[in-house]
Amino acid sequence: MELINLTIDNKAVKVENGTTILKAASKVGIKIPTLCYLGLDDLGVENKPGGCRICVVEVEGRRNLAPACATNCAEGMIVKSNSMRVLNARKTVLELILSDHPSDCLVCAKNGNCDLQSMAQDMGVREIHYQGEQSHYKEDFSPSIIREMDKCIMCRRCETMCNDFQTVGALSGVHRGFQAVVAPAFEQDLVKSPCTFCGQCVAVCPTGALTEVDHTNQVIRALANPRKKVIVQTAPAVRAALGESFGEEPGTLVTGKMVTALRQLGFDYVFDTDFAADLTIMEEGTELLDRLTRHLNGEENVALPILTSCCPAWVNFFEHYFPEMRDIPSTARSPQQMFGSIAKTYFADMIETKREDLVVVSIMPCLAKKYECQRDEFSVDGNPDVDYSISTRELAALIKQANIDFDSLEDSDFDQPMGESSGAGVIFGTTGGVIEAASRTAYELFTKKKHERISFEELRGFDGIRQATLDFDGLPIKIGIAHGLGNARKLLESIQDGSCEFHAIEIMACPGGCIGGGGQPLHHGKSSILLARQKAIYAEDSAKPIRKSHENKYIQELYDKFLGKPMSEKAHHLLHTHYFDRSGSDIVIKKD
Amino acid sequence: MQLRVALRNCGFIDPESIDDAIARDAYAALAKVLVELKPAEAIEILKESGLRGRGGGGFPTGLKWEIASKNEADQKYVVCNADEGDPGAFMDRSILEGDPHTVLEAMAINGYCIGASKGLIYIRAEYPLAIERLKIAIRQAREYGLLGKDIFGSGFDFDIELRYGAGAFVCGEETALIHSMEGERGEPTFKPPFPAESGFLGKPTNVNNVESYANIPVIYLKGADWFHSIGTGKSKGTKVFALAGKINNVGLIEVPMGTTLREVIFEIGGGIIDGKKFKAVQTGGPSGGCLTEKHLDIPIDYDNLIESGSMMGSGGMIVMDEDDCMVSMAKFYLDFTVEESCGKCSPCRIGNKRLYEMLDTITKGKGSLEDLDRLRNLCEVVKDTSLCGLGQTSPNPILSTMDNFHEEYIAHLSDKRCPSGQCKDLMNYVIDPENCVGCTACGRVCPVGAITGEKKEIHSIDTAICIKCGACEEKCKFNAISVK
Repeated sequence: MELINLTIDNKAVKVENGTTILKAASKVGIKIPTLCYLGLDDLGVENKPGGCRICVVEVEGRRNLAPACATNCAEGMIVKSNSMRVLNARKTVLELILSDHPSDCLVCAKNGNCDLQSMAQDMGVREIHYQGEQSHYKEDFSPSIIREMDKCIMCRRCETMCNDFQTVGALSGVHRGFQAVVAPAFEQDLVKSPCTFCGQCVAVCPTGALTEVDHTNQVIRALANPRKKVIVQTAPAVRAALGESFGEEPGTLVTGKMVTALRQLGFDYVFDTDFAADLTIMEEGTELLDRLTRHLNGEENVALPILTSCCPAWVNFFEHYFPEMRDIPSTARSPQQMFGSIAKTYFADMIETKREDLVVVSIMPCLAKKYECQRDEFSVDGNPDVDYSISTRELAALIKQANIDFDSLEDSDFDQPMGESSGAGVIFGTTGGVIEAASRTAYELFTKKKHERISFEELRGFDGIRQATLDFDGLPIKIGIAHGLGNARKLLESIQDGSCEFHAIEIMACPGGCIGGGGQPLHHGKSSILLARQKAIYAEDSAKPIRKSHENKYIQELYDKFLGKPMSEKAHHLLHTHYFDRSGSDIVIKKD
Repeated sequence: MQLRVALRNCGFIDPESIDDAIARDAYAALAKVLVELKPAEAIEILKESGLRGRGGGGFPTGLKWEIASKNEADQKYVVCNADEGDPGAFMDRSILEGDPHTVLEAMAINGYCIGASKGLIYIRAEYPLAIERLKIAIRQAREYGLLGKDIFGSGFDFDIELRYGAGAFVCGEETALIHSMEGERGEPTFKPPFPAESGFLGKPTNVNNVESYANIPVIYLKGADWFHSIGTGKSKGTKVFALAGKINNVGLIEVPMGTTLREVIFEIGGGIIDGKKFKAVQTGGPSGGCLTEKHLDIPIDYDNLIESGSMMGSGGMIVMDEDDCMVSMAKFYLDFTVEESCGKCSPCRIGNKRLYEMLDTITKGKGSLEDLDRLRNLCEVVKDTSLCGLGQTSPNPILSTMDNFHEEYIAHLSDKRCPSGQCKDLMNYVIDPENCVGCTACGRVCPVGAITGEKKEIHSIDTAICIKCGACEEKCKFNAISVK
């Protein structure tokens, strides 16, 4: 690789040809501020937006200032990132952006967590010299995401995630000039777009323009209602990220403290979604073996590969873009929904409480879960299996509002019976985890042998698309894994055109899987944060006494006492679902 | 004084007849290039001619072709930029409507030189007649074998398709134009990569403007030396201008580079309407600047115009007289750029809006002298930080009027007075008691009832109600009403 020499702020830098000034500067400790840029190299997305013009620098011999995020280094280049000319231009551009942004920081959902706010602070903006008209747009409330576009600064990071990474294409620039804004086609509401509610737009939005629908007040009200028994379930990825909201390093596991905090908040039963993950493995693993056995017996028209169905954004994605393949995914409901379904039947009977008097709250790393629990097929006579789904961020807010000093909490354990889980349930939170969990069980059920090694390391990793072949006692089982819907799209297309053959595929919509979910403390596209969370998840798995779902004794008890066996009629009724063709657009072109 | 090169056939042929065009040498240059010249030789001739891009930038056309020719690819594209959008400019439209074959021919030569078999014309949908004539011309050229497979038996294949733009000024910028043709939002992207490296569908693409193309066939027929002999130092050939504004003869003209503004305005243009005093001329459209009396004898070429604080642009030329307010003129152009900014980069999206608002404040007499410093700073930052040529040049009309007509800004700001009497908020209609005879005509014509007064008594105007429409002044037969 050709190396290039240049100087930035009088520091000599040597970089590979093709490196941007922004990246070269970071190598020598110069942090050029950015707003629209996202470093997504680890996720396989090149990002050279050059839109906000905050990162402009002076390049000797060049007429105008150059955007550091989009300008490649050249031999002998002399760059100044902090000259008078640059500082004045950068501050003026920032003031322009602020002049078209509401100044209601104190009551904004992003207060204290806003890139624009901290940039104004860093640059010492004390006055906005250019005031004028501000742009106004209607607010858009979807089941998961709120769009308050008055706060949009047109950095278009959301578009980068939605279009380049996820290939969902729900968002793009509409109108032009001062009226330009990011919106679904024809400025319709998000619910009418192909949005999957994955929430990656929210995860990268630098301002309060995109936020989650806040359900914390409903939860507080339910907890205060003496007639209700309130049950909480926590998804596996939450414990690996919640600590970040309280100043912990990414990758700090806070499972025990989280349980204590939830109990202190007043939940009657603190359960674990991981229990339902084990249940999912029993159903999905059995379904896999069933399809596999029928296929091996020469039966034609067996729907293979089987695709995982735990991720609600992924479900929305294939219902929208690949409806013709909707017989392939497993019919197993997601762990969140299995939990709700069992909680409001099996557990309700156990504590002799009526369904209507139970409130099931889920803590999820995800915004699509809010949409999922509102789907009609997951309610009985209008009473949803899961009443409220709140994000990791919302849980952190609840804990703070309840005056709980999180750092000083003692650890405690989940309640039983729905708080017990195997290590297999824990790894649902990361890419590769669901299929590894399924393999741990499927291997032993299929080969009738013990898998001594327990884990399947070949399924782990961070590459967007991964493949592995597992040896099921002489039978090669081909596994595909994708995280990010753009990668999922590639994998599905390779199945459609016959270039790839798999027995089973795991798909998670978010970068790194649920650990990088849209409801987690903001990852800002930084893969180092995601990798730390992934490591924490595997650490919790290793530490568990039980590592395989079928060895969870509370799961065994659930089948003995209530469900019968996996894929029984009762299990079908309570734990499985069906999918819809949503490819038709709901976008309506209005005539003014 | 005028010399027709680009417009040589306009008005002399039936633009819907290929035979008419051929009778005036259409496709003869293509034949010559395909049969006699290798691509590199043909590019060399263009380089020697000294032709520079007529769309505004003035980049040497031959060099552009050479760069595109050297980028290897399985497919390359030739694109004609017919997204003419400067206010009051219609040079390209006239060429396309009057001599469509010359553009097709030049594009084919371009394709041969850079190794492209496909051409695209990006034309705004608001030009229905030009589109119609291009369609006819393409059909006829295909019938005659002048487009399609194996043209002139040379083995060279080339065909042309039309792509329609929806009338966005920014789509004249080549990367935005390419995104628009790809079905994407018409927004520019950072260069490099230049289209010559990665353009339409990621393939090497050469984009030239209509007028640039119209010059090319004749260069090959008459030779590079002939073309090189016309014009000034680094600006060769002729330039088409659209003359507009307060001038007696409005319309298209084509003059050799080096002609002075005085010749254009006072000889070809016939001077200022009603014998009023010349004040300024805006060249280069919304990206350019205004030139004044002191610039009238400068020979017009790319470099002189830039040195004088304006630019060639695509050739719009709007003449202003003593009645025109220069602050309002700058505001008019900013209004245009605010409307036409794509919104991608912050300085252009918000900065131009704020510039417009500041000018608006000044024309309403609400500004203060400190505004001038803020105005200049913002102009310079918008120029310095904007992504594409639109934002990098949009403050030019402000900067050049601030430089050339500083006293007008001062008058608006400190005296709250518009010297040209154009800014309505800064003027009042008053009745001169000496001349008023109390005929009541003004009161009857006033649409808002601002004038009161009994018959045969002196009338008066309530300035709080008056909307400054000027109807009373026009009606008064006794010269009793005037603007103060």
